[in-house]
Amino acid sequence: MAAETFLKTSKYSKYTSYRNILYHRFFVGLLLFIVVSLVLIVVCNIFTGSTPRGDFHESINLDASSLPVRTLISESRTSSPRVTNCTYWSCFNVYKCGRGGHDKITIYIYPLKDYRTDDEKAISKFSREFYEILNTIKNSKYYTPNPDDACLLVPSIDTLNQNSFSSKYVAQALQSLEHWNNGENHLIFNMVAGVAPNYNTVIDLNTSKAIIAGAGFDTWTFRYGFDISLPLYSPTAQKINNSQPKQKNYMIISTQLNIPEDYLAELQSVASSSNDLLLLDRCKTASGKTDYMKRCEYTTGKVFDYPDILKEGMFCLVVRSARLAQPVLMDIIASQCIPIIIADTIVMPFNSHVDWNKIALFVPEENIKNMLKIVHSVSKERRGELYWQLRWVYDRYFSSIERITSTMLEIINEKVFPLAARMYEDWNMPEHLYGPVNPLFLPVTAPKSPGFTAVILTFDRVDSLFTLVRKLVRTPSLAKILVVWNNQKKQPPPSSEWPVVNKPLKVIQTKENKLSNRFFPYDEIETECQLTIDDDIVMLTPDELEFGFDVWREFPDRIVGFPSRLHVWDNVTSSWKYHSEWTNQISMVLTGAAFHHKIWSWYYTYKMPAEIRSWVDDNFNCEDIAMNFLVANVTRKPPIKVTPRKKFKCPECTNTEMLSADARHMSQRSACVDRFSRIYGHMALKAVEFRADPLQYREAAGVPHAYPDIGAL
Amino acid sequence: MHAKKRYFFLIISCLFGIYCFFNGYNLSSKNIKKTRKDQLPEFATIEELTESPSRQKRNPQATIKSCRMQTCFDFSNCGSDPKVYVYPTDGPVSATYRKVLSVIRESRYATHDPAEACLFIPAVDTLDADPLSPEHIQDVASRLSRLPHWKNGRNHLIFNLYAGTWPDYAEGALGFDPGDAIMARASASETIFRDGFDISLPLFHKEHPERGGAPPAATGNPFPAPRKHLLAFKGKRYVHGIGSETRNSLWHLHDGNNLILVTTCRHGKSWKDLRDERCDEDNKEYDKFDYEQLLANSTFCLVARGRRLGSYRFLEALAAGCVPVLLSNGWRLPFDERIDWRRAVIWADERLLLQVPELVRSVSPERVLALRQQTQLLWEQYFSSIEKIVFTTIEIILERITAHRSSRQREALIWNASPGALGTLSTYGDSRSHLPVAVSAPLAPAAPSPPPRPLPAPSVPLSAPPPTPGDAYTALLYVQATSPALHKLLANIASSEFCKKVVLVWDSERAAPTLKSLSRMAGDLRDPLPVIVIDATTHYPGEGVSARWQPLWAIPTAAVFSLDGDAPLLAEELDFAFRVWQHFPERIVGYPARNHYWDESKVAWGYSSKWGGSYSMVLPGAALVHRALLALYGAAAPALRLSVRRARNCEDILLNCLAAHLTRRPPLKLAQRRRYKPAHHRYRSSWSDPEHFVQRQSCLNTFAAAWGYMPLVRSVLRLDPILFKDPVSTLRKKYRKMELVTS
Repeated sequence: MAAETFLKTSKYSKYTSYRNILYHRFFVGLLLFIVVSLVLIVVCNIFTGSTPRGDFHESINLDASSLPVRTLISESRTSSPRVTNCTYWSCFNVYKCGRGGHDKITIYIYPLKDYRTDDEKAISKFSREFYEILNTIKNSKYYTPNPDDACLLVPSIDTLNQNSFSSKYVAQALQSLEHWNNGENHLIFNMVAGVAPNYNTVIDLNTSKAIIAGAGFDTWTFRYGFDISLPLYSPTAQKINNSQPKQKNYMIISTQLNIPEDYLAELQSVASSSNDLLLLDRCKTASGKTDYMKRCEYTTGKVFDYPDILKEGMFCLVVRSARLAQPVLMDIIASQCIPIIIADTIVMPFNSHVDWNKIALFVPEENIKNMLKIVHSVSKERRGELYWQLRWVYDRYFSSIERITSTMLEIINEKVFPLAARMYEDWNMPEHLYGPVNPLFLPVTAPKSPGFTAVILTFDRVDSLFTLVRKLVRTPSLAKILVVWNNQKKQPPPSSEWPVVNKPLKVIQTKENKLSNRFFPYDEIETECQLTIDDDIVMLTPDELEFGFDVWREFPDRIVGFPSRLHVWDNVTSSWKYHSEWTNQISMVLTGAAFHHKIWSWYYTYKMPAEIRSWVDDNFNCEDIAMNFLVANVTRKPPIKVTPRKKFKCPECTNTEMLSADARHMSQRSACVDRFSRIYGHMALKAVEFRADPLQYREAAGVPHAYPDIGAL
Repeated sequence: MHAKKRYFFLIISCLFGIYCFFNGYNLSSKNIKKTRKDQLPEFATIEELTESPSRQKRNPQATIKSCRMQTCFDFSNCGSDPKVYVYPTDGPVSATYRKVLSVIRESRYATHDPAEACLFIPAVDTLDADPLSPEHIQDVASRLSRLPHWKNGRNHLIFNLYAGTWPDYAEGALGFDPGDAIMARASASETIFRDGFDISLPLFHKEHPERGGAPPAATGNPFPAPRKHLLAFKGKRYVHGIGSETRNSLWHLHDGNNLILVTTCRHGKSWKDLRDERCDEDNKEYDKFDYEQLLANSTFCLVARGRRLGSYRFLEALAAGCVPVLLSNGWRLPFDERIDWRRAVIWADERLLLQVPELVRSVSPERVLALRQQTQLLWEQYFSSIEKIVFTTIEIILERITAHRSSRQREALIWNASPGALGTLSTYGDSRSHLPVAVSAPLAPAAPSPPPRPLPAPSVPLSAPPPTPGDAYTALLYVQATSPALHKLLANIASSEFCKKVVLVWDSERAAPTLKSLSRMAGDLRDPLPVIVIDATTHYPGEGVSARWQPLWAIPTAAVFSLDGDAPLLAEELDFAFRVWQHFPERIVGYPARNHYWDESKVAWGYSSKWGGSYSMVLPGAALVHRALLALYGAAAPALRLSVRRARNCEDILLNCLAAHLTRRPPLKLAQRRRYKPAHHRYRSSWSDPEHFVQRQSCLNTFAAAWGYMPLVRSVLRLDPILFKDPVSTLRKKYRKMELVTS
């Protein structure tokens, strides 16, 4: 201390220059060091660039201009045939997955090579679609450049089209892969399987134990739980936009050109007897060449543009032909025309996760003649559901090679890591059509014995609080009282001052004075039901509370409470308003005295839009409206009001403290209703005209009443 | 110094330049290749994609393929209402199989005529194919082949619980060849299972109840689950042989507190000969825990394979609300064709046994809540009794037949949510919106309208059921005589806001009233309600009182207001009831309430119309019911309907039992009205008749016996209009006249 003052006072200037030099040297040294190390790095990189180090793996380069050529000798060993009874449990090596703490699958792509036969022909044609598949994998979160780290391995030989590769040579090439190991954990892609005349429904290639991701499986060749069924990609579908005509002009359209003759004959007889089927065929041209962008009516020859015509159909036909999968399916789905699929034993794309009954009709091949009857029996509701599902499914799972590939990767990932699995609703039920999933879906009357926990939010009204506690404990089903002490400036009264009660009572001091504290899912709430109650609601009788709990037990997923409110639409201001007068309807019950399931507290704290929660805390208002919106939005059910209207004002505290009396407070609440409905995107609240009363309410007292003390005022 | 500095800067800028150069080179080369990607050819030409089949038909391949519905099932004898024929029993049959057969014989699927049957069930006991088992029946193969309609098993359904025997427990070893018969089998593995043809069954005990069955144990949904143990398993281990490895290594995971995995080597007579070094220690731990307690107190229960893939444990865990964690590689779970097990179980992998604790720890509490609820839902709907297991099997097959005929089947969500497939008819509607599901989806935007029909619709218009809840109801009156009360009721219905149509079922020897006289009664001539009169004696002879709910074809709304012809309901009451019902379409919503109680002295159920604090029935003499529920009533078990027909009574009790059985929810009583008959009743004195009352009592007991349990659920609340009898001006009230009705 002394030395410092001395320096500062006497030789200040000298000291600074000395310091300057010191700093100067230091910086120059640093600069030198940085430059030298930079140079070293550059030199190192230049010299070792050609031979990468063993533990470092470079990502695959799909765009390499020249590929290493590999010539296959015709006698070399081929891979063993496809194991027809493979299952995930017997052919998939699960130990390769989850290595190094990965919680998802990892995929390795073999480096691209130019495989050639001994007479210098390429063994397969590398297509753009395959490039896109590999590229999607490469850019996905599952990609790994390290083969030893990989859970799945993808050979970079294009096997998409059976016509454009040589089975024998590809099998040799597979066998020669470094990590082939009898195909274990390998993934083979295929879209067009089988060739004339038999048209196998699975790729004709010795794939050993490899997983086949392919299109056009039938139920015999598809290995349940192991293979993955892909859609047959159609380049045409990419060009179809999502606009729709107001009215569909045709009931059923068939645009397929390769319908087997016996089925075509049946369709023609259907078309000749009814106007509901528009049967299109290729247009007869002079040159004999087929224009794939045109279709002609098979008798009149009226010309239609393809694929635009698909949009005008309510239903569109997909008939199995030489192969089970037809590219027209994707065109149809993209055009939002409900597909009628006529292909027995076909395995639909992604059938393990996508529910095809929500997007298509399946007509058995022997039932083609009844097709019209079947289509007419489809109800208006079902038709709407199918229609709206179509485009959503298409956009999510089928719209491009990239989507198809990533859907496939996700399905494999869910298989290997079952906890990552998304539920049926996530895969098949768009929230904009079906709404969120109710977390309490079991239809039960909740058990009575665990009782309920009263959660009292209090600030400093100790007298009123104590009165409330004394009254509450007289309710038979009360299990516990939890006092949430929301006042940080003042300590709660010492335990000696609290009323002596025969039920457990616990005080929780909060860190911050926030309204949301009343809806925190405290561990201390051990019952499923919680009663949130204000510290000034002292007018409820034990009978009323007990009855309220019994009503909640019958409707355990709803808010069940005493004071109620209504939302109304104000035509003048074009906004929602909050209404607290005597009305014939209710849509909210105030959480000043209401029962609800604890999960809603958890939802309030962790799942509600953050915007609402912060608004409530900032403005110190509307937490009850927020809760009503939350529950009504998830369950799509209104709350339940119990027993006749009471004046919920404590007689002693009418003057200053009553916030509800404040007009500003009311207008703020109206603003809340309006604001929350905008955040949810719709008015989640639902109004009802009924309330719950005890069975004997207002009846002659001949038979002893179960809940006698239920009063109007 | 300065020179040095400049020198360094020069070097640095040079390096930067080099770096930029290389980088730029990289970038530019990438650009070139981007375009190269577009130069790649498409994977297939349009000709290749749309290849036509060659002229000759696809030859049915020489290799024998396993059965599929399309190849091994004859649909020709399965009409719109497919029937099941059970062969008469001859020869020995185990107790379990006897239950299976009797359940089917008494079901609505059964027929006595093999000529009209679609599905055949041999009375040959095939449940236990293990020759070492005491239940094993000899000579199954030859007895099957001697069946008169066997035809290599075509259209037959064979139940099997145990296949194979010691030591390898081969699944194929049945002792007979099922041929083309559909196998409903337990412990099926993915390799032997004929996908879409066979049906996987759960393994159930000999003591599994024939009907009824334990209601779900875990009705509470506490969050987060407060159970004592995280994961539990208590069971035998086999030390050696097939399927023993998994159980033998379970002790590694046991920690005595959170993870309870205890095994014993004690089983069979000679366990001491085969014991290994861990047996004594294992047995000691094993005896510390009680199996039932473990099930009730654990969040997850390990279901490890035994000798076979399935185990009893699976159903036991499900019943207890303990989420099964499966260690049974390759097992096809019960009814997995329709039941989505991802919602109710956690799949673990036998190969990754040691990761199981980590796996179950990372399940979120919200998921646990959903999983546990789903176990209860599924247990209750498909597994709690032999009847349910067998019916589910048959329903799956019938649904395939319906899908084949009319291309419709129940949605996945009907199978996997309440009320479940057994609580709905596969022929009723094709969308969930036709069914009384408690919550309707948000209104979907309107789809483009279908084309106008230039030609008349096909000759048989299959009318779809109306959507739920709809904005109007149909009044379905059951009338045995005209009376002033009927006139008054018709007038009230006519002034009701939401009534769309009146269907009057006339059940009397006397001639039905003419429409003209009725419409005069209904008053309001300006906008007359459509009224239709159906004479039950000619349309539904022999149906008795059940005829009142038969004419569903005439009902164009989902809401059906079932009324006795003399019910004294006001228009206001009709309207209020409908407004409430719209929110509870799955329940019976109405006015007259009754209760049931257990009579200790008679050891039987009692029926009570006394006024008390609770009720369990709302009589459909004045109540709203969903149309689908009435359709189900029409398809109720033949024995139940017979007892109603014999008694000429109790149809209302049966409907209440049915609704409670399907929904597990009580009905809803509205407002104060209790009486739904005019005070002075001239025509049917039966209501005051003690005989009548005794009859209803016995009905209640018949129904409880037929279901195997008492389905009715009690409630203590009634629903009133919001301002009901509140001290506020009546001008403010919407339902004013209702307040004057006192009882």
